Amino acid sequence: MDAIILQILNGLDKGSAYALIALGLTLIFGTLGVVNFAHGALFMLGAFCAVTLNRLLTLSFETIDETKTDFLGNPMKVKTPYVEAWFGPETGAAIIDWAVPLSILFAIPIMIAIGFAMERGLIKHFYKRPHADQILVTFGLAIVLQELIKLFFGANPIPTPAPDIFRGSFDFGVLLGFDPNVIIYPYWRMVYFLFAMVIIGGVFAFLQFTTFGMVVRAGMADRETVGLLGIDIDKRFTFMFGLAAAVAGLAGVMYAPINSPNYHMGMDFLVLSFVVVVVGGMGSLPGAVLAGFLLGILESFASMTWVKDIVPGIDQIIIYLVAIIILLTRPRGLMGRKGVMED
Amino acid sequence: MSKFTVTRRGALKTGAAAGAGLALPTIFTAGAARAFTNEPGASSVTLGFNVPQTGPYADEGADELRAYQLAVEHLNGEGDGGMLQTFSSKVLDGTGILGRKVEYVTGDTQTKSDAARASAKSMIEKDGAIMITGGSSSGVAVAVQGLCQEAGVIFMAGLTHSNDTTGKDKKANGFRHFFDAYMSGAALAPVLAKMYGNDRKAYHLTADYTWGWTQQESIQAATEALGWETVNNVLTPLAATDFSSYIAPVLNSGADVLILNHYGGNMVNSLTNAVQFGLRDKQVNGKNFEIVVPLYSRLMAKGAGENVKGIFGSTNWHWSLQDEGSQAFVKSFGTKYGFPPSQAAHTCYVQTLLYADAVTRANSFEPCAVVEALEGGDSSLPGIDSPSNKGYLFDGLGNGPTLYRAADHQCFKDVLVVKGKDNPTSEFDLLEVVEVTPVDQVWYEPDHPMFAGGDLGQCNNGA
Repeated sequence: MDAIILQILNGLDKGSAYALIALGLTLIFGTLGVVNFAHGALFMLGAFCAVTLNRLLTLSFETIDETKTDFLGNPMKVKTPYVEAWFGPETGAAIIDWAVPLSILFAIPIMIAIGFAMERGLIKHFYKRPHADQILVTFGLAIVLQELIKLFFGANPIPTPAPDIFRGSFDFGVLLGFDPNVIIYPYWRMVYFLFAMVIIGGVFAFLQFTTFGMVVRAGMADRETVGLLGIDIDKRFTFMFGLAAAVAGLAGVMYAPINSPNYHMGMDFLVLSFVVVVVGGMGSLPGAVLAGFLLGILESFASMTWVKDIVPGIDQIIIYLVAIIILLTRPRGLMGRKGVMED
Repeated sequence: MSKFTVTRRGALKTGAAAGAGLALPTIFTAGAARAFTNEPGASSVTLGFNVPQTGPYADEGADELRAYQLAVEHLNGEGDGGMLQTFSSKVLDGTGILGRKVEYVTGDTQTKSDAARASAKSMIEKDGAIMITGGSSSGVAVAVQGLCQEAGVIFMAGLTHSNDTTGKDKKANGFRHFFDAYMSGAALAPVLAKMYGNDRKAYHLTADYTWGWTQQESIQAATEALGWETVNNVLTPLAATDFSSYIAPVLNSGADVLILNHYGGNMVNSLTNAVQFGLRDKQVNGKNFEIVVPLYSRLMAKGAGENVKGIFGSTNWHWSLQDEGSQAFVKSFGTKYGFPPSQAAHTCYVQTLLYADAVTRANSFEPCAVVEALEGGDSSLPGIDSPSNKGYLFDGLGNGPTLYRAADHQCFKDVLVVKGKDNPTSEFDLLEVVEVTPVDQVWYEPDHPMFAGGDLGQCNNGA
């Protein structure tokens, strides 16, 4: 029982990342009709926003400490971050410690700008082209972005720790009447889950309760009619692309402390997020979120030892297996609109 | 009756045919002189550096490449000469290899066997590389070693730690300077028993490929021999990035030690996840929960940050060693690049020097002659009474007296047991050497069950 609860918890944070990326993907597909293979790269860029801010905050000046020597026997160069010099060691250290949460503020404008630039600069030229062309161009873009990050940050994972206060884990077991230390869960993963819920809730509220959101939803349902009413739906859809980019970026920012960001992390999530979108139903926002959490938890269960003992390697294929079953039995996905993918 | 007449045209034709006939054997003789693959010309020789520039071991790959470039500089007489000064063999004089300037080409193994074979093949066939070296994964090393054997070029393995590289998959054209999983287990287990006691329950997470399997087998055998119990061994895919779903079951398994048979990016992520899940703060069976990383490197320690403090592992070499060779290498590398070299860099640098040295001693680039030179004569390591204690003995390259054993082309030398430093004084000062396990404690016979089943075969000169 304790192992099952643990794996459910464990699936939630992975599911959160899947859900956030899939939400953006399906938002873009639903509004612009574009299959955006560069969406994983946006997630990765978000994580690197956290890395960048971390680097900016730890920009240091060097002083020579004659009392110590470096590995070559020369006097040791001691680095002091500018923020510590400006705000005092304690405040400076606290600012650096909170780099990841601060990166949210840093990432939002950057990711929206990147989203705008991508949509206006490249993707809009592919609206009327077949899906295959869109996939090729966005996939190419993903590779370019990935290689650019590799060029600037190297190929290795870069540790980007969460604030000290969130290190360690919470003992869920004690709360539920188990022995101590049986079901423990890292604080930052709980933060990630809650953060994902807030973002998902925010996106839904925005689409549901604002006039802007209503117009976007109307446009998703019938683009031409909305256009005929004299509404510039394209502009709103461009904004939605920026919003989707920001959602993916924020998912990446907050994911940085969970797994050290590397240039390839977007691709790792992209394929799975596509499966999530297909399982949830192309174009269905609640479907994407539901399928994200469902597949995250399922993946966690599949890596339990006794499950792997029965079917070795199941943890690697479970998501694809589910996707195949869904596509065979219900091609429109769990919550897809009737007719989508069914003709 | 026939009439034999000689015409001018006929004479010319016959002459041309006879000339061609006479010339023909010379053409074949010239071909026969090129009796081995990619025989270098008179002015330069090309080496092929095949390292992971992308993928989970990219960090090691980048450092390997730096070391190769440094080795090439030193062989060509540029820079301060590094370990050429301290190497016990004195035949290398900074004029290239056998008077030829050393040039190099590079390939990206991507830490994938097929990509590594493709890049090695291209370097051999298109660029004319006479020797291939590199790799940061045993899967890659085994695959490329097989290719080099077939192609008839020498393979000087880079960072590869699987028992199989010089065990069941050993090849006559392949040589490994790096230590292996068996040696890690043999060196590490006594230290673990001393630190954590003989009554421990271990849970293994293991990278699912040749290195992980043999590493796990070795450390399990070594710790069980000391009384430890193995609770479980879970294989994880090399491409995995989030290990939380593998870490979570450890909590309820009754284990009080987690052994991470992971390397590079895998280890950085699995250790980070394990620490996030509070394993190091946990008490099980009345003891502190401990984590062990059998194969350690400074680059990994850097990637894992704070999480490595106090964690034990083994390593082939460390920049803080005080011997002359290590100091000379650290000085050259540190001056050129601004930071100390990793163990991957060290082994690659040394392998390049050892190849150049063997060619020079053999006075030939012919692979079989090089193999013979690397197998040495009858020199042996002192203090080890074994018929297999024969090969090429050298010193001054950072590991003390080292034997390239003729029987399996594996180097035997002391092994370092290290620990993540609690109070690092600089960003490079992440590991401390807690014990230097003497070579006789990590020695094994070539037919040891963990290495049995392979055959060196015959050396291959190729074309």
